[in-house]
Amino acid sequence: VPAGIVGGGRVGGGNDFQWCFSQVKGAIDEDVAEADIISTVEFNCSGELLATGDKGGRVVIFQREQESKNRLLSRGEYNVYSTFQSHEPEFDYLKSLEIEEKINKIRWLPQQNAAHFLLSANDKTIKLWKISERDKRAEGYNLKDEDGRLRDQFRITTLRVPVLMPMDLMVEASPRRIFANAHTYHINSISVNSDYETYLSADDLRINLWHLEITDRSFNIVDIKPANMEELTEVITAAECHPHQCNVFVYSSSKGTIRLCDMRAAALCDRHSKFFEEPEDPSSRSFFSEIISSISDVKFSHSGRYMMTRDYLSVKVWDLNMENRPVETYQVHEYLRSKLCSLYENDCIFDKFECCWNGSDSAIMTGSYNNFFRMFDRNTRRDITLEASRENSKPRAMLKPRKVCTGGKRKKDEISVDSLDFNKKILHTAWHPKENVIAVAATNNLYIFQDKIN
Amino acid sequence: MFSKGTKRKFSDGDEEISDESLVGARVASSYSLQRQSLLDMSLIKLQLCHMLVEPNLCRSVLIANTVRQIQEEMTHDGSWHMVTEAFCGPGQSPSERLVATEVLCRSREQDAEPKLFSVISYEGCREEEVVADETLCSVSVSDTVSNVCLAGRVGQCWEKSELSGVERDEEALEDSRLGSGEDEEIDTEDGASTESPKTTGQVFGTFEIKNGSPGPDSALEELFSDVDTSYYDLDTMLTGMQSAPKMGPYDLLDSLAPSHSSPSIVSTPTCRSDLNELDHIMEIIVGS
Repeated sequence: VPAGIVGGGRVGGGNDFQWCFSQVKGAIDEDVAEADIISTVEFNCSGELLATGDKGGRVVIFQREQESKNRLLSRGEYNVYSTFQSHEPEFDYLKSLEIEEKINKIRWLPQQNAAHFLLSANDKTIKLWKISERDKRAEGYNLKDEDGRLRDQFRITTLRVPVLMPMDLMVEASPRRIFANAHTYHINSISVNSDYETYLSADDLRINLWHLEITDRSFNIVDIKPANMEELTEVITAAECHPHQCNVFVYSSSKGTIRLCDMRAAALCDRHSKFFEEPEDPSSRSFFSEIISSISDVKFSHSGRYMMTRDYLSVKVWDLNMENRPVETYQVHEYLRSKLCSLYENDCIFDKFECCWNGSDSAIMTGSYNNFFRMFDRNTRRDITLEASRENSKPRAMLKPRKVCTGGKRKKDEISVDSLDFNKKILHTAWHPKENVIAVAATNNLYIFQDKIN
Repeated sequence: MFSKGTKRKFSDGDEEISDESLVGARVASSYSLQRQSLLDMSLIKLQLCHMLVEPNLCRSVLIANTVRQIQEEMTHDGSWHMVTEAFCGPGQSPSERLVATEVLCRSREQDAEPKLFSVISYEGCREEEVVADETLCSVSVSDTVSNVCLAGRVGQCWEKSELSGVERDEEALEDSRLGSGEDEEIDTEDGASTESPKTTGQVFGTFEIKNGSPGPDSALEELFSDVDTSYYDLDTMLTGMQSAPKMGPYDLLDSLAPSHSSPSIVSTPTCRSDLNELDHIMEIIVGS
């Protein structure tokens, strides 16, 4: 029996991990409110905080509890830390079109003081939010009383020094910068640079470089808009800064190519330094070839030596030193290849799946349909399919591997391709930067899974 | 003039058709049916833009590229040739057909003319009523249902002409009339025929409105001169394909474009048969 199918979810690193249910956040209701649909998930740099953005423009931040001495079997749980409305719907009067408030991306800044900072972006505007705690307040003011009302001047007979008293923890989120009016097209990516001073934002045709302190201008570093829009055949789908080299970034396109650019070479990085493309397999060419080759996400490995791309059917790992083909290719749901026409008809073929690395770059994860998500161990080449569902949501219950039956007799516990629910798609997943804790967004629910400590 | 298109007939004079080639013909026909339906589906997808929110540019580009690929393949294997041939010839075609294709056509020289809705456009498909400056906005037939209908009908036109070898006889083809037989077929389509007179009216109505002197437009142009109009100028991928060396049905319409008759009638490109009618009416009125 092939490994990875039987037994617990054994994938990951050199150790075998067993994925267990930890928590689920969100309404149980079958009727999903559109605004509650999660559109982005991101751990902060330490993994202590987990942020989600939704279609309603809200950001919810969860914080991990300190490990409790009593419960040794599971690590700290994530509880709501702060909730705020990041973006509101806007109306573009010139074009007579709405600008959705949906949060497309959240990226955390590295923590430099007691407060936390994150960038959140909708289609047009990026905002820098400061999340800070307040657990003390001053009492004993001279000029005002406890309610804040001014005291009568002639009543003040003594002078006292206000004292700091503890209060219930209050978490405040305030917008510190608003980076607006720099994108004509829809923002698909933001990425904080390793210099911690700049970040890039990418839309369908352009990439801009911002300074975190300066909101009234940005540098345009990539512009692929043709002079004649009729000639447009390719758009930018994702972009990311290199994790260590602050002059390097990559961007992917709808034609399945990735360009690596060096900002030292020129002010406008229209000419790439490296061009990554896998030659097409002529035997599998169809009218859908281009669509399924369109890259929906690109992520550098933590080491900075590799990058991973997600297209409709597969995940590819690229060595930055080799441009002509990826070093690893993982099939996510190859059984969909024969269904491409239906998936084109119902628009599922345009779904943009994300992908992520684990902290040690030994494993990668991405989502699929029917609330399935897939994990690949790069060392052992084992892969596993797991499901995020309320049925498997007993505390610390181990996740059972799932299998899709591609034809012939369906075994027990397998699910056939035609029974897959294409409305239940897992587009957004995140892996804790240091531990084996994962967050999986299933429509309006956020699932958190952890590996069982042996 | 009109060369016999490649048509596939199962029951032709040739009795010696082998089973294999029959199967081959069926497979090929089924493939071209599938391809046609993919083309129709793609065109409809491009039509059905969200009314309120800007359409996803990536999705539009991918669909447009798919349409182009299909067109290229159809050109290569000759089925496109048949389609374009079908449009050629003296304009006896029913007015609604020409309107549909006219509307899709965007002749380059006539940039000042009002832009009609495009089959594939990268802007929102809403009708811009407020600003009259044509370079700033595209005039669209407001009813997206009729948009879909037209595109669908164009698709049907192509489909019918492509399948002509199977379904229609050669005479109809040589008349290059997608024929009265066509009309009947179309009339029986649900909603299609009822949509067309209204759409025609809308289209022509639009023509009349926009037909004014450039006076007010230049003022508006000045007003919006610093606006990045490129996004609004977004022309269709199909017009991009128009300029491609291969012949598309839209290229064909360039050659079809009627020589403008006296400006007293309408100075914008109109349906040829309507022009004839108007000519006729004018003659009566003027009594010449």
